[in-house]
Amino acid sequence: MSRVFPHPLLALSLLAIWLLLQQSLSLGQILLGTLVTVLASLAMAALQPARSNVRRAHKFLVLLVLVTLDILRSNVAVTWIILRGRARKETAGFLIVPLKLTDAHGLSLLAFIVTATPGSAWVEYNASRSTVLIHVLDLVDEKAWIDTLKRRYETLLLEIFE
Amino acid sequence: MWAAVLVASCVVLGAFFTFIGCLGLVRLKTFYHRVHAPTLGTSFGTLMILLGSVTYFSVTQSRPAVHEALIFVFVSVTTPVTLMLLARAAIYRDRAEKNDNVPSPDGDTEKIVK
Repeated sequence: MSRVFPHPLLALSLLAIWLLLQQSLSLGQILLGTLVTVLASLAMAALQPARSNVRRAHKFLVLLVLVTLDILRSNVAVTWIILRGRARKETAGFLIVPLKLTDAHGLSLLAFIVTATPGSAWVEYNASRSTVLIHVLDLVDEKAWIDTLKRRYETLLLEIFE
Repeated sequence: MWAAVLVASCVVLGAFFTFIGCLGLVRLKTFYHRVHAPTLGTSFGTLMILLGSVTYFSVTQSRPAVHEALIFVFVSVTTPVTLMLLARAAIYRDRAEKNDNVPSPDGDTEKIVK
């Protein structure tokens, strides 16, 4: 079993993507999709990716809701900043956040969240110091920013991955 | 009728966010400012337009059309990669040219670490 499906989660998501693309749940498509999935999984296994260690998968749902709400809020905030343009006081700046999270998958998810949210961009992760450099468009209160990032996301990601 | 209103408002709202994102590319001053603007288009701009598309095709073909979700997944997963790559290239260049508008690789952390 584990030789045919070395990455069961990956295989399942690939099959879901295949069926969505074909827009069909017929037996033929499921069989064809499974074949593609098995081949792709084997190709992936040949690359020997680092295994992730997902502990509490249901927390992903909490994370998804939080991220969606935050993205909606910052969409509105950034829209406002762009529309006000030059009349606005300059508040952008770099921010260095110390992190406890070290798992590569957790970090990439955090990088994705930070960058996908308008108004903040992940610039550089320093592995030897475990800090990350973030550029924030509306940096008024550095401390509050670090606190939200760590409380909202890092604790959740730590629960999921470590 | 209700579907038409729903689809229209979704698409117009999505187009609005995408447009503001493009406007931001023109209006914001530095590279690090501008890197934030396109995310408007790729997050809620895309989401709204796709919601419109899902509603439209679900109603007209009277069966659920949900494969648009894939577009959203792929766009959201790939955009941060591009943005990070661009931001890192920019900061690398700024450091190489010794512009003092960016923090050095290990400068400001000194205070936090000690």
